[in-house]
Amino acid sequence: MKYGWFGIVMTSVFLGSLAPANAQATLKAVQERGVLSCGVSQGLPGFSAPDDTGKWSGLDVDFCRALAAVVLNDPLKVKFVPLSAKDRFTALQSGEIDVLSRNTTWSLSRDTSLGLNFTAVMYYDGQGFLVRKALKVNSALELNGASVCVQTGTTNEQNLADYFRANNMKYEVVAFSTADETIKAYESGRCDVFTSDVSQLYAERLKLTVPDDHVVLPEIISKEPLGPVVRHGDDQWFDIVKWTLFAMINAEELNVTQKNVGEMTKSNKPEIARLLGTDGNLGEQLGLTKDWVVRIVKAVGNYGESFDRNVGAGSKLRISRGLNKLWNQGGIQYAPPIR
Amino acid sequence: MATAPRRPPFRPLAHLARALSGGTGWKGIAGQLAFAGLLAWLAFDIVTNAQDNLRAQHIASGFGFLSGTAGFSVNQALIRYSEADTYLRVFEVGLLNTLLVSIIGIVFATLIGFAVALGRLSPNWLLARLSGGYVEIIRNLPLLFQLLFWYLAVLAALPNPRQSLSIFGVAFLNNRGFVVPHVVPEQGAGVFAVAILAAIAASLLMTVYARRRLYRFGDRLRVWPFALALLVGLPLLSIALFGAPASFDLPVLRGFNFAGGTRVTPEFVALTIALSTYTASFIAEIVRGGLLAVPKGQMEAGASLGLSRPAILRLVIIPQAMRLILPPLTNQYLNLTKNSSLAVAIGYPDLFSVFAGTTLSQTGQAVEIIAMTMAVYLAISLITSALMNLYGWYIDRSQRA
Amino acid sequence: MNGSETIFVRKTLAPARKAPVITTGLVGFLRMRLFNSPLNIALTFASVALAWLILEPTIRFLLIDAVWTGSDRTACLADKAGHPVGACWPFIQAKFTQLIYGFYPEDQRWRANLTFALAALLLAPLLVPKIPGKTLNAALFFLAFPFLAFFLLRGGGLDGFVFYWLAELFGMAWKPSLLRFWLDFSLTTTIVTAAVILLWGGWPNGRRAGLSSALTFAGIAIVIVALRLDQGGLPVVDTRLWGGLLVTLVVSITGIVASMPVGIALALGRTSRIPLLRIFCVAFIEFWRGVPLITVLFFATYMLPLFLPGDFTIDALVRVLVGIALFAGAYNAEVIRGGLLAIPRGQREAANALGLSYWKTTGLIVLPQALRHVIPALVNSFIALFKDTTLVLIVSLFDLLGQLRAAFADPTWATPTTLFTGFAFTGIIYWVGCFAMSRYSLFVERRLNAHRQT
Repeated sequence: MKYGWFGIVMTSVFLGSLAPANAQATLKAVQERGVLSCGVSQGLPGFSAPDDTGKWSGLDVDFCRALAAVVLNDPLKVKFVPLSAKDRFTALQSGEIDVLSRNTTWSLSRDTSLGLNFTAVMYYDGQGFLVRKALKVNSALELNGASVCVQTGTTNEQNLADYFRANNMKYEVVAFSTADETIKAYESGRCDVFTSDVSQLYAERLKLTVPDDHVVLPEIISKEPLGPVVRHGDDQWFDIVKWTLFAMINAEELNVTQKNVGEMTKSNKPEIARLLGTDGNLGEQLGLTKDWVVRIVKAVGNYGESFDRNVGAGSKLRISRGLNKLWNQGGIQYAPPIR
Repeated sequence: MATAPRRPPFRPLAHLARALSGGTGWKGIAGQLAFAGLLAWLAFDIVTNAQDNLRAQHIASGFGFLSGTAGFSVNQALIRYSEADTYLRVFEVGLLNTLLVSIIGIVFATLIGFAVALGRLSPNWLLARLSGGYVEIIRNLPLLFQLLFWYLAVLAALPNPRQSLSIFGVAFLNNRGFVVPHVVPEQGAGVFAVAILAAIAASLLMTVYARRRLYRFGDRLRVWPFALALLVGLPLLSIALFGAPASFDLPVLRGFNFAGGTRVTPEFVALTIALSTYTASFIAEIVRGGLLAVPKGQMEAGASLGLSRPAILRLVIIPQAMRLILPPLTNQYLNLTKNSSLAVAIGYPDLFSVFAGTTLSQTGQAVEIIAMTMAVYLAISLITSALMNLYGWYIDRSQRA
Repeated sequence: MNGSETIFVRKTLAPARKAPVITTGLVGFLRMRLFNSPLNIALTFASVALAWLILEPTIRFLLIDAVWTGSDRTACLADKAGHPVGACWPFIQAKFTQLIYGFYPEDQRWRANLTFALAALLLAPLLVPKIPGKTLNAALFFLAFPFLAFFLLRGGGLDGFVFYWLAELFGMAWKPSLLRFWLDFSLTTTIVTAAVILLWGGWPNGRRAGLSSALTFAGIAIVIVALRLDQGGLPVVDTRLWGGLLVTLVVSITGIVASMPVGIALALGRTSRIPLLRIFCVAFIEFWRGVPLITVLFFATYMLPLFLPGDFTIDALVRVLVGIALFAGAYNAEVIRGGLLAIPRGQREAANALGLSYWKTTGLIVLPQALRHVIPALVNSFIALFKDTTLVLIVSLFDLLGQLRAAFADPTWATPTTLFTGFAFTGIIYWVGCFAMSRYSLFVERRLNAHRQT
């Protein structure tokens, strides 16, 4: 009889830990819940990393805060869920998170076979190689016979295989399941080369004891467009996430910054008026408020500011904008007009 | 007048009912039906939920993925493997790697375990305490802890290839692994192998003949000089007549790593060391328990027959102890095989790591892949249990008689 | 026959012979156990050499050459310290709270500490055989404590009681409120107590059972009021923030607590006469025992969510706990079955002769004896479970070993001795825990067998 009660207690405790999650009306669910559940990495400096007090910062983190600002009017109402490369997609599919902002590469198979939708490109990246300066290697084509550390569960493994096969080079692959293990193995000398997306190379390099002893080789062997991901089946939420990113890019294009957004709301320029909601009701068409872009820029600034602060000149990574410059400044970041 | 008792009437249905209910009557049958119904409902619920969820997440079903291209490479494959091979090939490579590390681990674990057990039973106080200390320390630390210790702390402390520790200039030890010369069979290899096999067969035949002579006529024939002559002489003869059986491909440092030679990766070495030492501590306890369970009178009886201590151990104690040792020993071998799946923590490409790890994250078909992996381990366990049951039946049979 | 030729009487004292070889005391010990034959002498020297080779570097590393204070890696580098550096203890000091609590919020750590203290308080009297009241103690530890620990560690409150949960299961939940909660609770109490009294044989036979049932619910009410569970409870701490020793203890204690009913049920099913039940239990046990724990964890993490209806999400930690409970339950089933088989058949026959039903026999006669017999084996099983909790690192849950591995990645502490220091510290924790448990198991076994003659 004791165990009968025990069964009742444990079953109820078990049931209490189950939480129903709605797949369809994500916007409504988030607003009802009062907090945005955002899937991020387990600690990638510049993109999503917690500091010692547990406060998250990074490019992907800024995007989530912008999203929370438009939907809940509070950029701090975000629950960050650290995910490994292996369970990032299942977490999104099962409804555990509302959006996956985890430097995820947009590819055809992921867009179709996983039941997910890639919204837009936050960061145009590619795969590269990190080697020690002491090896005096200047190009990836000199890596015949090397040992290469790579993380499993990513496209990096397959791109690596394709590249070495196409160039008739031999290599030894050393694969680990988390980025931390991989970089630790590279540092201990188990392998000569560490391969990953170039942005990750710069970020992981910071975790090495003497970052300046290592150099990123110039070859980019794949296209890795990184961006936020949502589930199939919720078009409104898809539009909201997509246009949040586009709003940040458009804000940079129109020179609306975190500092001057207050005065810019009084501007007469038609594009800025449309952007900041003083003219028209574009925000409401998305299901948000009129001042949705004002909220975004007040919370995290425009795309350029967020980039600089997290991965660019104002950060420890110091990655150059490169392809991520605006289209009218030599890069390929191009957002459709807000009108 | 007493008549012979009648045979009980033949009532098959009643017998069937009794068997099905286990003697508990109609309540038992009703209970079983209810239980079967509950199980069926649960199974149906689970299967339909799974199908719905899989369809909603656009994950493919079925085993068609096994013919898809893998696209990634593994750093240790006993059979030929390249990135263009299928996932089925990946499964085979992983399975062979698991079997390799399990078999080598079992061999070393047995050797170390028996040695430690004998040390623990030694009359030398220091040796007994040292062996006891080994068992207590290794047994009370988690296996994953020990594995990570060997891999991260010990093997990573080895020098890099350009500063390898060299052994006689032909073998090299560094943090990429242990490089030894590769044996390349030449034209004399076949005859050499035949010569060795012939020598071994002849020695065995000679042992049988010597034992028969001992039982029949009582004279002891010393076999070992002849066996030695055969084992050394026949192969030498084949070399002299047909040429060297093998040439060696010496490893040479070229560029980043050693070219030529065979390399044993540090992942393999760490896994083997951790598995062997861990399982050896349990095997030592089992062997010690088995040896202690043989009654002390056996030792005294052997001594009273005039046998020396090693002879008593060999002829009297160990055969009896083996009967007690073998079932738990096989259990430990099984545990070692199952524990080899920890390879996923250090990147050794065993079955679990390449199949349920990489392939799962690439194809997303969790149900089929985990089911296949579990089926392999389950098959190994069940076959071993069946063999053990057979052995137990064999022993009991001889005991009863 | 002259006597003087055949009788010999000494006239002077015989010369004193040498004293016999000392076989006791230190010298005797050295002679008999260490140096009594050439082989033994060689073995002794080899052992002394081996012991010195192992102990000297260890002690030098841990104590003599160790660095005790510092704020980052420069304190533990050999060139900065001026002498070869051993263990880097400031690293452990810096990572200590992470290793014990993970990322549990600092201001809520008192909850974890309270849970540890309660566990120790309830477990210690259970382990000492002399202390009475074992049934109450066991009931508190195995039933009440998990419930309490869940709400202490995770936080959150209760929206309603049993009727509310049943209504939720069928999708007919009402809006929760304080009044409705207590109404629900009182209704549940009266119904369950009435049912218990009825099942135990009506009034007045069921008085005692009814009293225990009422007292249990009173206890639950006290806990609910104390933790304010009816008003939202303590702030929720997501299980992703849990880590380190906290996760290790939660997983192992929950594993052992949850695997006991599963194991007992499976063992009883395996020894039952009903064919279907027996076949099912055999298949179930053999399945879970035949696969490695990692596959079970993967199964729980990736396949369990697929088996539930689409809009239910389960916490990652709960999935792992379910997997471990089933796995440990199957192993415990075999252990308990061994105990059940060791009870002489005569016990059952005697109970039958007294007129007790199957359940009464099992509950009152067979199980208490069987469980007491297998306590040593169960403790061994717990030791194995404690060691196996390290495997959750592979499904990305940070237990003590996982947190250690994450701590290794911190570049501010990267020195050649950081790895060894971390392993030494966690190794000591694991070893002390497992060794203490194995000694306890030996103690219980010796006590149980004390009355038996070998």
